[in-house]
Amino acid sequence: MSLIGPSKIDFGRPTGILNLWGGRLTQRLDLRALLVSAVVVAIAIAVALVTLTSGEFQIAVPEVVGALFGQATAKVHMVVVEWRLPRTSLALIMGAALGISGAIFQSLTRNPLGSPDVIGFDSGAYTGALIVIIVLKGTFYAVAGGALLGGIITALVVYLLAWRGGVQGFRLIIVGIGISAMLNSFNTYLLIRADLEVAMAAAIWGVGSLNGMTLERLAQVCAVLAVLVPAAFFISRPMRQIEMGDDAARSLGVNAEWTRLAMTIVGVALTATVTAAAGPIAFVALAAPQIAMRLTKSAGVALLPSAATGALLLGVADCLAQRAFAPTQLPVGIVTICIGGLYFAWLLMREARR
Amino acid sequence: MTDAARDVAAREDDERVGLAATNAQRGFWLLIAIGVLVFVLLASIAIGSKDIPLPTVIDALFNYNDSDDHAIIMALRVPRTVLGLGVGIALGLSGALIQALTRNPLADPGILGVNAGASFFVTLAVGLFGFTSISSYIWFAFLGAILATVLVYAIGSVGRGAATPIRLTLAGVAISAVLSGVQSGLELLNPATFDAMRFWRAGSLTAPGYDNIVVAAPFLAIGLVLAIVATRPLNAIALGDDLAASLGANITRTRVTVVISVTLLAGAATAAAGPIVFIGLMIPHIARWLIGADQRWIAALTIVLSPVLLLSADIIGRVVMRPGELQVGIVTAFVGAPVLILLARRRKVSGL
Repeated sequence: MSLIGPSKIDFGRPTGILNLWGGRLTQRLDLRALLVSAVVVAIAIAVALVTLTSGEFQIAVPEVVGALFGQATAKVHMVVVEWRLPRTSLALIMGAALGISGAIFQSLTRNPLGSPDVIGFDSGAYTGALIVIIVLKGTFYAVAGGALLGGIITALVVYLLAWRGGVQGFRLIIVGIGISAMLNSFNTYLLIRADLEVAMAAAIWGVGSLNGMTLERLAQVCAVLAVLVPAAFFISRPMRQIEMGDDAARSLGVNAEWTRLAMTIVGVALTATVTAAAGPIAFVALAAPQIAMRLTKSAGVALLPSAATGALLLGVADCLAQRAFAPTQLPVGIVTICIGGLYFAWLLMREARR
Repeated sequence: MTDAARDVAAREDDERVGLAATNAQRGFWLLIAIGVLVFVLLASIAIGSKDIPLPTVIDALFNYNDSDDHAIIMALRVPRTVLGLGVGIALGLSGALIQALTRNPLADPGILGVNAGASFFVTLAVGLFGFTSISSYIWFAFLGAILATVLVYAIGSVGRGAATPIRLTLAGVAISAVLSGVQSGLELLNPATFDAMRFWRAGSLTAPGYDNIVVAAPFLAIGLVLAIVATRPLNAIALGDDLAASLGANITRTRVTVVISVTLLAGAATAAAGPIVFIGLMIPHIARWLIGADQRWIAALTIVLSPVLLLSADIIGRVVMRPGELQVGIVTAFVGAPVLILLARRRKVSGL
């Protein structure tokens, strides 16, 4: 029996069936989505290689590849593997995490504006970080901890306030709007009260920055995501059924309430990991699923293409953030929001023209 | 509550869309809201960081002499209240229109790029051209709001057919993102600009005298008229584009009218008072829950309730940190959000 076979059902697009353990675990494969994801990932890796070569100390591509496989001079090894590699690979990995998180929340809320911020995570994380930076004057790990704490508490409060014998998507959105608005106001207040220098440092954290990434942090982020990403793919299998509404999902055997809670937790955890490491990098979670949906011409958001697109988006943004105005280094969040926005606008126009 | 009982309760809620079931009840709610608005207007004139006894306040209004107290009332508090009234109406009404047009509960007046455009141009004015006074911001903000919306509409309507709400929304998200990105870049590279913008962003009604009102008033008036014209066909559009067209509503014309109206209202309000988006987001939801899904009633109630929220927040901002003040944009969310959450929890919320 073959591992991958053609589907017997006509889904209206090229579809394959992955068959494991003699049919005990099967997975429908959207071949176009797979192809697009593979191409996007390939481009992302190419961009990452370019990022690794360039900088104040130019290194040719073969040398970079050599360094990655441990065949380079000590100096090149240090520059490529210890200085540049953590930042560049974190850009790809965290972009993918944000893409998945965005896809989960857009599916969950059935709203193209859906993102982890819908349940107040980003606002809460910013509040936590602002309190640590401005009031407590804490270090990097304290800021990361404050952001995590703030974001998770906020998400929890929103979820509990929206709970009334179940969480309905619309009520979740409204409660999220309310809590986020209050926190944003509080953030503005903190920024106004602070000294200018402190406020600017806080604002730079607030747009997200990949400066100062180390191999150690790469390892930490990878360890967390190695658990979260498979969990996201596993939990999101009934995503399409839930998009059809709770009643339809239940009649198809999906426990809507538990699936939604699990998806929310994993989605928040993915964003939280990125936020703790690099601050709330804007727009990737919002744009990546929408861009991926248009690239794969699929009817809804999907995890794998969103992850690939997120990786490419943050990878390109990181490259530009370091090189566009060199030697001035922009926070990467500013670049993601600009190129993500421009590309998204172009995609919308192209889609409309046909 | 058992599952069955909850289902029954939910079904009853579904049938009765708003809290008010008849036009008499809707009128009753509107009258109450107007009463509250009058009270808040008077309170906004009577309450401030300086304690002025009520008889003196009344004297200042009807029997003006040049004393300090009278000057505070007529030159500061009355203009501020008028500005709050106009800005509140504009923000709320534009929010109601944009939510009805896009059928998206997350849509706020900023969705068409109004705030991003205004903020971007104010940043340019401060950062590149070195303007420092608030009164010179207003034209930049208004220009930015209009240009950004035109761009969003142009991108949203590329190709065959008119701009659909979903494409408008997404185009607005894209353009707002790019503008705010460039703006953050300018700010973070230039501390003086950052300093000015963090205060502008908080939003406030403290511009002295009638300058801002005079600039904003004509645009607010045109926007208001267009909004009222658009509310009836918006009811048809709520049923879906095909059904609306078969009922005789001109969809394209309605959309264009709404977009122009939102741009004028939100653009003028943002120019005059800074970006205070929460009112436009929240009040239409409240109005819909109180009064049902008819856009004409929603618009009417929104016009009354929005200044109530904005002015209450402004009054609270004046008294909580005496003698200092808290910007109205900061207080608004703290006054409004608990009400919104409470209402969202209290009943089965009606979607759009």
